[in-house]
Amino acid sequence: MTHSGSSLPDLPNSTSTSGPMSEIRSPPPDRVLEIVLENVLHFLTCRRDRNAASLVCRSWYRAEALTRSDLFIGNCYAVSPHRATSRFRRVKSLTVKGKPRFADFDLLPLNWGANFSPWGSALADSYPWLEKLHLKRMSLTDDDLDLIARSFPSFKELVLVCCEGFGIAGIASIAANCRLLRVLDLVESVVEVADEDEEVMDWISCFPEGETHLESLMFECVDCPVNFEALEGLVARSPFLKKLRLNRFVSIPQLYRLMHRAPQLTHIGTGSFCASDDVAVGDQEPDYASAFAACKSLVCLSGFRDILPDYLPAIYPACANLTSLNLSYADVNADQLKPVILQCHKLQTLWVLDSICDEGLQAVAATCKDLRELRVFPVNTREEVEGPVSEVGLEVISQGCRKLQSILFFCQRMTNAAVIAMSKNCPDLVVFRLCIIGRYRPDPETQEPMDDGFGAIVMNCKKLTRLAVSGLLTDQAFRYIGMYGKLVRTLSVAFAGDSDQGLKYVLEGCPNLQKLEIRDSPFGDAALRSGLHHFYNMRFLWMSSCKLTRQACQEIARTLPHLALEVIDSQEDKADDHIEILYMYRSLDRPRNDAPKCVTILQ
Amino acid sequence: MENCSFEKVVGLNLEATELRLGLPGCADEHDQKHSSSCSYSSSSSSSSSLSGVVRTNKRSSPEESIDGGHEEEPKSSKKAMISQNSSNHDDDDQDKNVPPSKAQVVVGWPPIRSYRKNNGIQQQKKKGEEVIDGVGMYVKVSMAGAPYLRKIDLKVYNSYQELLMALENMFKCTFGEYSEREGYNGSEFSPTYEDKDGDWMLVGDVPWNMFISSCKRLRIVKGSEAKGLGCL
Repeated sequence: MTHSGSSLPDLPNSTSTSGPMSEIRSPPPDRVLEIVLENVLHFLTCRRDRNAASLVCRSWYRAEALTRSDLFIGNCYAVSPHRATSRFRRVKSLTVKGKPRFADFDLLPLNWGANFSPWGSALADSYPWLEKLHLKRMSLTDDDLDLIARSFPSFKELVLVCCEGFGIAGIASIAANCRLLRVLDLVESVVEVADEDEEVMDWISCFPEGETHLESLMFECVDCPVNFEALEGLVARSPFLKKLRLNRFVSIPQLYRLMHRAPQLTHIGTGSFCASDDVAVGDQEPDYASAFAACKSLVCLSGFRDILPDYLPAIYPACANLTSLNLSYADVNADQLKPVILQCHKLQTLWVLDSICDEGLQAVAATCKDLRELRVFPVNTREEVEGPVSEVGLEVISQGCRKLQSILFFCQRMTNAAVIAMSKNCPDLVVFRLCIIGRYRPDPETQEPMDDGFGAIVMNCKKLTRLAVSGLLTDQAFRYIGMYGKLVRTLSVAFAGDSDQGLKYVLEGCPNLQKLEIRDSPFGDAALRSGLHHFYNMRFLWMSSCKLTRQACQEIARTLPHLALEVIDSQEDKADDHIEILYMYRSLDRPRNDAPKCVTILQ
Repeated sequence: MENCSFEKVVGLNLEATELRLGLPGCADEHDQKHSSSCSYSSSSSSSSSLSGVVRTNKRSSPEESIDGGHEEEPKSSKKAMISQNSSNHDDDDQDKNVPPSKAQVVVGWPPIRSYRKNNGIQQQKKKGEEVIDGVGMYVKVSMAGAPYLRKIDLKVYNSYQELLMALENMFKCTFGEYSEREGYNGSEFSPTYEDKDGDWMLVGDVPWNMFISSCKRLRIVKGSEAKGLGCL
């Protein structure tokens, strides 16, 4: 049966009229069931459901493999490109994740790996019909991008998050060659731009003329000037464009013009939000608020780089409809933020800097009753005694925003009482990430460790799947996590715990644990061994600056053959026996051969 | 002011009841130091030297607590404490300590993506705006009659009004109405500062930006002391 409208090769079907098949009216009996199965499995979109289906029996495995069009590879080294493309023959959309998350914080050596090239060639060979590619923390070159641009005539979506290694030339190739491109999202990636004296390639002009299919264009992280005339022209001929995120080289007056060209926009990332050099003093500046009023479908605002707070009122007309607001690059204080916040009744996602202060969080709590996700980032990242947000802010948020599902909160001080309050007021919490910047800091009111606070979170938030802990924590905190954190899949630990027992509690108690990242904590070999029964169920384990020895890692590598243990050490001679970094993950294939010298892969 | 002598004067002798994580015997040497700034593991990103010795940096029980609401020091040191970073010090001998900007640089902490750090606020200072330190501008603040110094980050404030309100909160005092001729009228206390030349000035005499770039330390003095200051 042909899937209508798709460009995939056909399954063998009963209506073929060529060759010997023409005499057969109905398929052989054993094929009937498979065809039915394939059609039914077509409706399964969730990959966990598909994984389960594939385990039923061989024919289900085959049918599922043939019908999976959306392939998710959580760790690029867990499986070789060849193995993936051999099993799944009809993939239209691929997601690949590379480096472990702690690479974002400079804990992983450069050139560690996660190179896209092997995947690129495998994809070009096996999936000429590929439409979507979503990469996170991968390293890809301009040549890789060029290969993508030229190998997939139906290519529609490219999303690169936290990637690096490529430059403008690669982006230009995508723009020029992917005629059906709908989505080009470059998010928080490091893009090589030319030096100041070199000419910057004008990639915007590389989009073909005529109407485009563009729905989303995000280039905030492409840190070089763009040809504005070309950009305006592009926006004008992209009637389907809904999401546009500009870089800081686009000024407010230019944004104004773009918004009037594309009033249908739903997501806008502003460029620079300050006085433009082009506008001379005394010039009549356009009424920026009118642009925000004209975009009646606007639901998401971000950007606000280089902000001059005087311009913030321009967004007032849009506030009432906003569901997502990202001001986390905007250095504005509570007084400047409050008038904005007080109008955002529908807000569900808010990212801000801690310059909002507890007072500003009070305004959020009073107004944003629908808030699902809150992130508060620090302006000052030094370990201080006081900071602008504290337990006061956390507590008012918990009282006002009862529907909260996800929180990331950086602060200098926090009390157990406030965390416990949040655990009770916000039962829907799925993600709780608290970062008390001062390491080993106890509850400032009671001088107790923060064990009880985090204990309450795992106890009361029954849907919790992601947890990041901080502050002074003893093994007791981990005991709570092991006891109550039965759904926890991701756990981040730093500067915490007293002994091996802490890690043991977690490895023995959390059956759903998949991603565990630990740094600077006193967990050693005995603790590591206690997880042997579980490591094959995990995507990865990261342990840096702990108390692991190479011998123990070697032992584990021998015991569990499908586990890759990468030992990363930057120093040759060391005072003690402890390794710097262990990055461990399950892998079906031979250890990778693209690791730098400082990485040893034990087997 | 030494921790030990104050405690003994008040008769508290907190050391006896204090619980710590640490080997017995290491406490004595520690207490005799003025500035108890044992920085915990000051090496950057080295493997954890956490071998159970956690040194404390406690102050004695602050009877005259300067700011009740923000007290981060214990009323009595019941539990083991952790060493706080040097910017927290309130002893007179702060010069012995590593200045905050050089203190413990821990790689990758706090966990903020490099992308965010590189595009963050510090990088976005416009031309012409003076970036004093790049990382904050802390000055000591003392108050007549109070045994402890505090520290504040002048960069956090945008105006005299904000600064004075913060000081009033921190020290639980009020400054009166400022006038050029008469200083702070109608209050017991006045804020003064030491400038680059070593002169003591009344806060508010010079434009804000000039103040920010010349203020070395602040002192809150009793009304009578303020009269003689360089506003002449």
